[in-house]
Amino acid sequence: MSEPTVRIQKIKKDTVKTRLIVFGTLAAILLVCSVFCEYLTPYDPYLQDLSNAKTPPSAEHLFGTDRYGRDMLSRVIAGSRTSIYSTLLLVAIVTAFGTCVGVFCGWHGGWIDTVLMRISDMFLAFPGLVFALAVAGVLGGGLQNAIIALAAISWPKYARIARSQTLSQKETSWLKAAKLSGSGTWKMIFKHILPNIIGPILVTSMLDIGTMMMELAGLSFLGLGAKPPTAEWGSMMSDTRSLLATHPWVTLSPGFAIFISVMIFNLLGDTIRDYADPKNRMSC
Amino acid sequence: MEPLLKVNNLTRIFTRAGQPDFTAVNHISFDLYPGECLGLIGESGSGKTTVVNMITRLLDASMGSIVLDGEDITNAKGSELRKVYRKMQMVFQTPTESFDPRRTLGDGVGESLRNSGMSREETKREVAKLLNDCGLTPEFAERYPYQVSGGQCQRAAIARALAIKPKLLICDEATSALDVTIQQEILALLNELRSRHGAELSILFICHDIALVQQFCDRVLVMYKGNIVEQGKPNDVIRNPKDDYTKRLITSIL
Amino acid sequence: MEILRYEHVDISYNGRTVVKDISFTLHEGEILGVVGESGSGKSTVIKAAMGLLGDSGLVTRGDIWYKGKNLPDLPAKERRKLNGPELGMIFQSAGSSFCPIRTVGAQLYESMSEHGPVTKEEFHTKALALLQKLGFENGQRILDSYPFELSGGMQQRVGIAAAMLLKPSVLLADEPTSALDVSVQKQTVEEMLLVRETFGTAIVLVTHNIGVIGAMADKVLVMLGGETVEYGETQQVLNAPKEAYTRTLMAAVPRLRSV
Repeated sequence: MSEPTVRIQKIKKDTVKTRLIVFGTLAAILLVCSVFCEYLTPYDPYLQDLSNAKTPPSAEHLFGTDRYGRDMLSRVIAGSRTSIYSTLLLVAIVTAFGTCVGVFCGWHGGWIDTVLMRISDMFLAFPGLVFALAVAGVLGGGLQNAIIALAAISWPKYARIARSQTLSQKETSWLKAAKLSGSGTWKMIFKHILPNIIGPILVTSMLDIGTMMMELAGLSFLGLGAKPPTAEWGSMMSDTRSLLATHPWVTLSPGFAIFISVMIFNLLGDTIRDYADPKNRMSC
Repeated sequence: MEPLLKVNNLTRIFTRAGQPDFTAVNHISFDLYPGECLGLIGESGSGKTTVVNMITRLLDASMGSIVLDGEDITNAKGSELRKVYRKMQMVFQTPTESFDPRRTLGDGVGESLRNSGMSREETKREVAKLLNDCGLTPEFAERYPYQVSGGQCQRAAIARALAIKPKLLICDEATSALDVTIQQEILALLNELRSRHGAELSILFICHDIALVQQFCDRVLVMYKGNIVEQGKPNDVIRNPKDDYTKRLITSIL
Repeated sequence: MEILRYEHVDISYNGRTVVKDISFTLHEGEILGVVGESGSGKSTVIKAAMGLLGDSGLVTRGDIWYKGKNLPDLPAKERRKLNGPELGMIFQSAGSSFCPIRTVGAQLYESMSEHGPVTKEEFHTKALALLQKLGFENGQRILDSYPFELSGGMQQRVGIAAAMLLKPSVLLADEPTSALDVSVQKQTVEEMLLVRETFGTAIVLVTHNIGVIGAMADKVLVMLGGETVEYGETQQVLNAPKEAYTRTLMAAVPRLRSV
């Protein structure tokens, strides 16, 4: 009989931890940028210099200058405050509120659940941005009102996820075991349900950061969010879209900033989902 | 002797819009005496899990009453129910799913002790002792459910159930999801616990294998389509089965 | 005639060897029982033949010969062609391997038409004939049912019939009775025996219950920790087990004591 064949196996390494560190660091850098943007800008982002308007990228102005001669790099950095900071605030509000409502509905059930879920259906029935426009219109312009408007249309999604997750957790043996162990409602919610449902919710909110950023920018463009000359990526893009063909750097640099930050937060969201899955930790 | 558990006329009817009512459990009555091990046998869909869910108050009964240790628990709720659970505990079918995947086995075993106001250190000592009683080393308290085998996890689940010294232990298909060899180990552990606790521990043993019931139980109830079709000592039932379903159960043993 | 042969097979997941040096030979119409506890690598053994080891699994040493082809070295595309018409598979729970929202007949038709053109009428005659041969009383009713309308035991029998639709020479069964009530386990065993009798199909049966093996296998392979403990004729192994571990397995099977 011939010798048995030998085959070489390629071993795949578990990359979750590395990815978590890399994307976590990148996201942290973005956050630091948005907090300390005053100290990081090479020029004053609001200083106009019409003699220097619309210069292409050079060593002096890495991203070039806009039509008023303002340094684009400085404006992009300054814009990170408004864009990232307010987006994160918005997502945090929506996640917290939606999760509370969802867990409450899922746990409690009954008529309260029905009423709250019908209300969330109502919010979901309107086209999102149009509804936000209406809310922002009633409340008046400004970044704060734009955040409130977007929060009002975004929470039902989180409430629905939290509710369905809570319902499925309620059916697990371990929750029954916890109940038999004499744990009260609050203990079961905080010790067993929340830690087990927060993963998918966090992932959703991470993946939502990009969308929210764009929607805030959209409202800003319509004059219902950040007001010019405040540096905000979305409004910077829409303000300068007429220059796209002739002076593309003016439009593309805030676009690039949105692209990069949305991508970082999406990848971070994916990684957190992988990391949060207990089955994944088995192999670590 | 007063029965520990007295189930009288217990019924559960499931109603769904647009569908005829479904009677999962149909007017069943039985008693369980202190120190006794009572087998409840039936195929999937026979209603045995519904019976268990009603006894443990995870599901409301449509009719009938459940009396545990002289106290009517049919409608027990809230803090009253938490007191009931100090007398009644349960071991579930799938061991790894009966522990919170994000908490250690020790957390799960000690949860009832912590809830009854025991200090952290004392709970830790008690958990180690309980695990030891169930054939596990204290290190298992630090493990997560996915880090242990099914048999080890079920041992921990039994330790958890015994933590507050219940009078009634309900084993809902506690060995069905395990390998036959592990099944025997778990039965040996339960037998050992029974001889150690004597009349202090009664067991309601839910199962679909009559050979296991013969091996382990003092008395058996055979359920079929929501009714108790036969009851008696396992050997009597096996020797002289009256119901067609019981006959099928016996002849199907390989 | 020899049909499937494992020669010194090692299988690894991500560099961790879970099956070591397994060899056996399966002849036409023969039933081989592979028995062991969870983690013994018994399911991995048949997954290797089906090419279901996934991205991280590989037959790192040894050969699996099926009708002159060495399965681990076949390109993925050719191997897939064997699954179904040559190697059939039965799962632990047929109920969950069916799609819940389509009738059994529609799903059987789909799996058949994937391996060559077949008209609805051809399928219908073939399926009904097969179901009749396999002892189903009302084949038409089975084909028209949705999976949830069938009992657990019936689902498993239909799962076996579905695997036989393409007339494979070997059936690989992974714990076909474990998820079932004891009262319907026997039906499943009888169904598989009927398949062998009717079509001469060879069967590899993986289980943790050595009682099932005693009821139907010609040969038995006892596994522990990925290695062979004992391999031989069933009667010989069960009547005079050489290894203590085999005796442990046999003692663990719940049996009725005579009363």
